[in-house]
Amino acid sequence: MDAYALLVAATLNAGTVLAIAALGLLINEKAGIVNLGAEGMMLCAAIAGFAAVVHTGSDWIGFAAGIGAGALLAALFGLLVIWLNTNQYATGLALSLFGVGFSAFVGIKYVQEKIPERPRFVIPFLSDIPLVGPALFQQHPLVYLTMAFAAGLIWFLHRSRAGLVLRSVGENPASAQALGYPVRRIRLAAVVAGGALCGLAGSYLSLVYTPLWVEGMVAGKGWIALALTTFATWRPARVLLGAYLFGGVTMLQFHLQGAGVEIHSQFLSMLPYVATIVVLALISRNPQWIRINMPASIGKPFYPGS
Amino acid sequence: MFPEFVTNVRHSRESGNPVTFSERRWIPAFAGMTVTDGIIIMKYETFNRLKLEARPEPSRVWSYCSPLLALLITVLIGVALFSALGKDPLRGLQVFFWEPIKSGYAIGELMVKATPLLLIALGLAVCFRSNVWNIGAEGQFIAGAIAAGGVALLADKGTGGWIVIAVLLAGTLGGMLWGGITALLRDRFNANEILVSLMLVYVADLLLGYLVYGPWKDPAGYNFPQTKTFEAVTQIPRLFAGSRVSIGLAVALAGVAALWVFLFRTRAGFALQVGGLAPAAARYAGFSSRSALWLALLVSGGAAGLAGALEVAGPIGQLTPYVPAGYGFAAIIVAFVGRLHPLGMVFAAILMSMFYIGGELAQSRLGLPKSLTGVFQGLLLFTLLACDTLVMYRIKARSA
Amino acid sequence: MTTPIVPSKRSLFKIAALTVMAAALAGCGKEEAPKKAADAPKAAAPAPAKPEPLKIAFAYVGPVGDGGWTFAHDNGRKAVEKEFGDKVVTSFVEKVPESADAERVIRDMAGQGNKLIFGTTFGYMEPMLKVAADNKGVKFEHATGYKTAENLRTYDSRTYEGAYMAGVIAGKMTKTNTLGVVGSIPIPEVIRNINSFTMGAQSVNPKVKTKVVWVNEWFNPPKETEAATALINGGADVLMQNTDSAAVLKTAQDKGKRAFGWDSDMSAYGPKAHLGSAVINWGPYYIKATRDALEGKWATGSSWWGVKEGAIDMVSIADDVPADIKARVEEIKAGLKAGTYNIWKGPIVDNSGKEVLAKDAVADDKFLGGVNFYVKGVEGKVPGGDKK
Repeated sequence: MDAYALLVAATLNAGTVLAIAALGLLINEKAGIVNLGAEGMMLCAAIAGFAAVVHTGSDWIGFAAGIGAGALLAALFGLLVIWLNTNQYATGLALSLFGVGFSAFVGIKYVQEKIPERPRFVIPFLSDIPLVGPALFQQHPLVYLTMAFAAGLIWFLHRSRAGLVLRSVGENPASAQALGYPVRRIRLAAVVAGGALCGLAGSYLSLVYTPLWVEGMVAGKGWIALALTTFATWRPARVLLGAYLFGGVTMLQFHLQGAGVEIHSQFLSMLPYVATIVVLALISRNPQWIRINMPASIGKPFYPGS
Repeated sequence: MFPEFVTNVRHSRESGNPVTFSERRWIPAFAGMTVTDGIIIMKYETFNRLKLEARPEPSRVWSYCSPLLALLITVLIGVALFSALGKDPLRGLQVFFWEPIKSGYAIGELMVKATPLLLIALGLAVCFRSNVWNIGAEGQFIAGAIAAGGVALLADKGTGGWIVIAVLLAGTLGGMLWGGITALLRDRFNANEILVSLMLVYVADLLLGYLVYGPWKDPAGYNFPQTKTFEAVTQIPRLFAGSRVSIGLAVALAGVAALWVFLFRTRAGFALQVGGLAPAAARYAGFSSRSALWLALLVSGGAAGLAGALEVAGPIGQLTPYVPAGYGFAAIIVAFVGRLHPLGMVFAAILMSMFYIGGELAQSRLGLPKSLTGVFQGLLLFTLLACDTLVMYRIKARSA
Repeated sequence: MTTPIVPSKRSLFKIAALTVMAAALAGCGKEEAPKKAADAPKAAAPAPAKPEPLKIAFAYVGPVGDGGWTFAHDNGRKAVEKEFGDKVVTSFVEKVPESADAERVIRDMAGQGNKLIFGTTFGYMEPMLKVAADNKGVKFEHATGYKTAENLRTYDSRTYEGAYMAGVIAGKMTKTNTLGVVGSIPIPEVIRNINSFTMGAQSVNPKVKTKVVWVNEWFNPPKETEAATALINGGADVLMQNTDSAAVLKTAQDKGKRAFGWDSDMSAYGPKAHLGSAVINWGPYYIKATRDALEGKWATGSSWWGVKEGAIDMVSIADDVPADIKARVEEIKAGLKAGTYNIWKGPIVDNSGKEVLAKDAVADDKFLGGVNFYVKGVEGKVPGGDKK
């Protein structure tokens, strides 16, 4: 029984990385921009955060460095895509490829480095409850913050004026501009916010999840986060659930192995990807549903003044 | 994901301007990159004294010069990087651009590296021109390698030379099958082909792992995850003795010619491109976007699968978990840098191969890290995208 | 860059055709054989003039900074430099993938005048054989492989001895009697290590059982973390690994469990969790191989070195390990050095109950090389292991 509790705890941990990145990408896409460079941003943030902690010993600075790295790269992407109107998909891909190489390059010196021991976070009282305690209340604060953030994002998008503006920019930028909103700046703000969150996810990976640096350590999580936003039809709550689902499936394959289940480990590893494809197919099937949920201007460039 | 073209057509209709189709044969258009069909002039305000003014027509000069400018910028950044790392920049440039071509053997190795890149890029060009975003060429490459490997394993000492054809055919079909899955899901379920094809890359990789760890593992291989080495008769014939260049190069060059003919001389090719630029117009003209989708994915899947077969039955000679080498993703850069034009992609493939091989040599000659290759390749694509704006806009000083 | 050169289609064709022709002509030339014959004195002629230094090259599969497998090899390289000073010149290329690229890199090494080339992972076997066939004047050393040639020999280390000693410590330190191993790739070497670990533990604590989780890679810290978490969640409180990073040790530390370092001394990565490191010391072998090449005594074959030759050791044993266990480990080391102690000595039973080694029989190297079963006490089945 304890093992299940611990599995839940591991799932929350693994899912948080995906959730943070996916929520950031959701903000992007609500404004109508698809940023395929998530993988590159997460990697650069991972090495930035790790390097910062190696040099200063402070986790705060580490996370700040990660957020900064993600935001910077996203701003570069935003400039190209919003002001120069380059193709969003190609630019995002370029960002990914560049980020992978650049992070490996910068990270060479840090491969053997170690950072100060990670503190253990335990919520007093609550974590002593049998079963539920170890499952839910022994996580890094960022895990809880992510859930709070998702709730906050729902409020922001659907109950606040700023959120409404953001969504309208994503649905019909021409109308938003006609109403007098600075569409391009709003989009840039969304892109930078999204990048900052991807950066946070990346630094979580290298500071909390696996406190080491090795090149390519994001290992595809950026792409899964991208899939997650579509998978969750652009709703924060569903993004959170989807992220935990994916985190769970990834952890599950190792737990099943440990429990002696004899499926080839490769098929177990395939589960998250096959699951994504299946769900994508199922939800995309209904074009009405997609049209209701998907921001209409995703992927299209915008020309003010036309 | 409708191409911007449609938006512009709507705009110009609203503003009352006639929609004119400009002669587009000589400009390889990026799907999604706006090729103005009406006459739209916009003024941009930028933060500094320069402003971007849209050209009345995309600049022909710049569409050739932009990749060269991007390369130049990348080289300049490279020189700066070399100096920052304390290495002689000229030696660095020499390692990247001269050493890979300085001997017959070196050129041969360059071709060995460039062949799969070119093949896959040819297929991707078909896809991107029809606005089908196949990011999963790597998965189709792996699927082709698996299929080819499977056939090659069937050979024994007594098999005749015809098996090479079977191996290559199997690879092509395997890649087409994998591409077809993406096409099916997009066709039937409207699932986003970017995400589906990407997820399929991981699935293909894991499938390869399963096969080499399990049913196809070499029984005499001490339980190492690899198949037995393929019989000599399955080896793709070499083009020249003393070099690893195989007939794959000839196949790739034939593909270049075939793509050129297809895109610029056949109706189907024209239909494909129009479909990518303006689906509404294509529909009016009776071109089917469904068949374009299937054609694009099957062709690119087949090309990637063929590349996989050539790798596996050529330089590698067996199936191992390390067959996926990232060519599917690098080929995307090749396609873009080559402007989706068959001849452009030849040069782009050679350029990218130089980065690969140069990166390796930089390690052993100069002690530079291998990750430089990835940095340069990513940088090249970035700068290319930025320079491409010069095709559509010109920079003018802001007047007062 | 604004010169208005607009190449017409025709001229593009011309350029392309010329390129192809150039490639064809160039390719017709024979492959440049490594002609730099100007180095490496292999002859034992005691020339008073300083002979040219022997050029040695190393091909690594991982990054030098991995703190594990490649790091250990690079330490061996540095030991050679220290030992022979200016009689040798070493170089290395890291992160050479186990694929078609390896052949090019190794061939380039031969072409650059290196006379002794070390390939440090199994996957270089076929590429090295090909290059060896074309470069008879160069000596090749392949780690962990099994194919040899006249100028290619193999070498390996008895990592299972380190695993056994770790097991002895683990058996005493476990409180749950469940051990965990993060396995890399299910090849005989790794299976052997899992078995040796278990047997070592059982020698001090017969109740011990071992769980295994495979990551199917040599080096992937995030996956290793997840695997270690799964093992801990399944009840294991002492972990060992056959992967190459310090992630398992760090995970153990984070969760308050114990673990061992592998390949290199990893005590700094998890001081509270670290019980000991089973290290590989490639220095002694690399020095011997270099000496063989310098003195012209190099001959093909295969070497398998362990504690006896100084290639394997258990270091940095934690302070809280009881003195009697520390003494036992020393005893085992002494026995291995003297050749009087045998780890793989019957009766050994596999985990389906079948006896695989009779009482008092000592396993020979051939038996050890083909280990494809789990011993009693290890849970589960060897992945893909039932192929005969």
